Amino acid sequence: MKTEVTGAQAASIAMKHLNPDVVSAFPITPQTDIMMEFGQYVADGEVSTDLILVESEHSAMSAAVGASAAGVRAMTATSSAGLALMFEILGVASGSRLPIIMNVVNRALSSPINIHCDHSDSMDCRDIGWIQLYSENAQEVYDNTIIGTKLAESVKLPVMVMQDGFINSHCLQNIELLEDKKVNEFAGELKPVNSLLDFKKPVTIGPLQLTDYYFETKRQQSEALSDAYKDYIKFCREFAKISGRSYDYVEEYKLKDAKHIIVALNSTCGAVKDVVDELRNRGEKVGLLKIRMFRPFPYERVFNALKKCKSVTVLDRSESFGANPPLMSEVKNSLSSAHVIINSVIYGLGGREFTEEDVKLIFNNMIKGKKVKHYAGCRE
Amino acid sequence: MKKKSYKEIPTGGTITSPGNSLSYETGSWKSYRPVRDKSKCTNCLLCFVFCPENCIKVKEGKVQDADLNYCKGCGLCASECPFKAITMKLEEECEL
Repeated sequence: MKTEVTGAQAASIAMKHLNPDVVSAFPITPQTDIMMEFGQYVADGEVSTDLILVESEHSAMSAAVGASAAGVRAMTATSSAGLALMFEILGVASGSRLPIIMNVVNRALSSPINIHCDHSDSMDCRDIGWIQLYSENAQEVYDNTIIGTKLAESVKLPVMVMQDGFINSHCLQNIELLEDKKVNEFAGELKPVNSLLDFKKPVTIGPLQLTDYYFETKRQQSEALSDAYKDYIKFCREFAKISGRSYDYVEEYKLKDAKHIIVALNSTCGAVKDVVDELRNRGEKVGLLKIRMFRPFPYERVFNALKKCKSVTVLDRSESFGANPPLMSEVKNSLSSAHVIINSVIYGLGGREFTEEDVKLIFNNMIKGKKVKHYAGCRE
Repeated sequence: MKKKSYKEIPTGGTITSPGNSLSYETGSWKSYRPVRDKSKCTNCLLCFVFCPENCIKVKEGKVQDADLNYCKGCGLCASECPFKAITMKLEEECEL
């Protein structure tokens, strides 16, 4: 069924299909629309969710941790400062191996305070042990939330599904919805390893571990991310059967013979695709590599997709102050044994406009072997 | 007790066997140990009540010395004793 929704609505509809037992909610721009929509489903009795209205994001994540530890499906959503306030509990969720699903609507971090899109919020959480899936449009938000739920509950790890604040979350797009029944059959029922509500098998979740066992628990967590990598592609194939939409760790857009490739995340990929089409019509061999799964990072897939090209430009919508930016850093690691020129571009911080003209300029400089400016759209 | 590998431990560090604190000896944490002067002790049992490790046992109404395999040396027993029968002594000054 085709319908016209915003990215935020796409997230809430996916949540409705998955009918989580517990959802914790705290408002923050631009995430609020997700919970506003989902709250309506709760009020209308379309889901059997216990919606907990909490007093902060630290509490939102704590409530989700409690519910997940009790052995039920738990979800929440946030943005920017909300995600930053959750940070401590994000580690409790992943360390305790609780399969919480969270939609993150990307927004810049303070300071200066700014409500518009960049990726500094989710990028700051890249090493906290959550699986990270990035979405180009509302359709991918919807699909990633469904695939992400199955993945989380299979490997017992929490999943973050990202979408660009306002650009995606507040813009109407046509998407294809699945039937509730099909989604439920795909996602299956949550089978927790342990449950705090199982009185016949009492357990302690999240206890103290010192020099004797902490290291082993972290090693086990790292192995779980490797399992997530293997399971993800399996579930993508299963999902293709019910939806007709095929996904992978990355999307290779016109890469076959491409000499100059841009690597990017989220909504910017739409603009890059348009420019790739235009330049291809002029005979230029250009392409886009869109990263869908950022954690665990698909190093081998990125290497194989980029190893034969001449030059790569990695677009980062966040800084890693005093170091290479997050996406560029991973792409560079992937290509350590390839002879490819790697450019790094920081763009769109705090929602700064990034247009097709900007993309065209980058491609043209790559084609002519000219220097690609590190900051796109920033006044010198 | 032989320590387990990362493959053998429960998922996410969860404790799946309740009441297993008995197999976790906390005695090595202490810098001070409680030494009880039996001539001052009236067996009022306040130390038994307050000990957070439950390492002071009672036998036939009489207080026993703290089990040093579990005593963390927190000093609560000494602090609570109304008769000053317990003093905290530096580990290295005690005879092993």
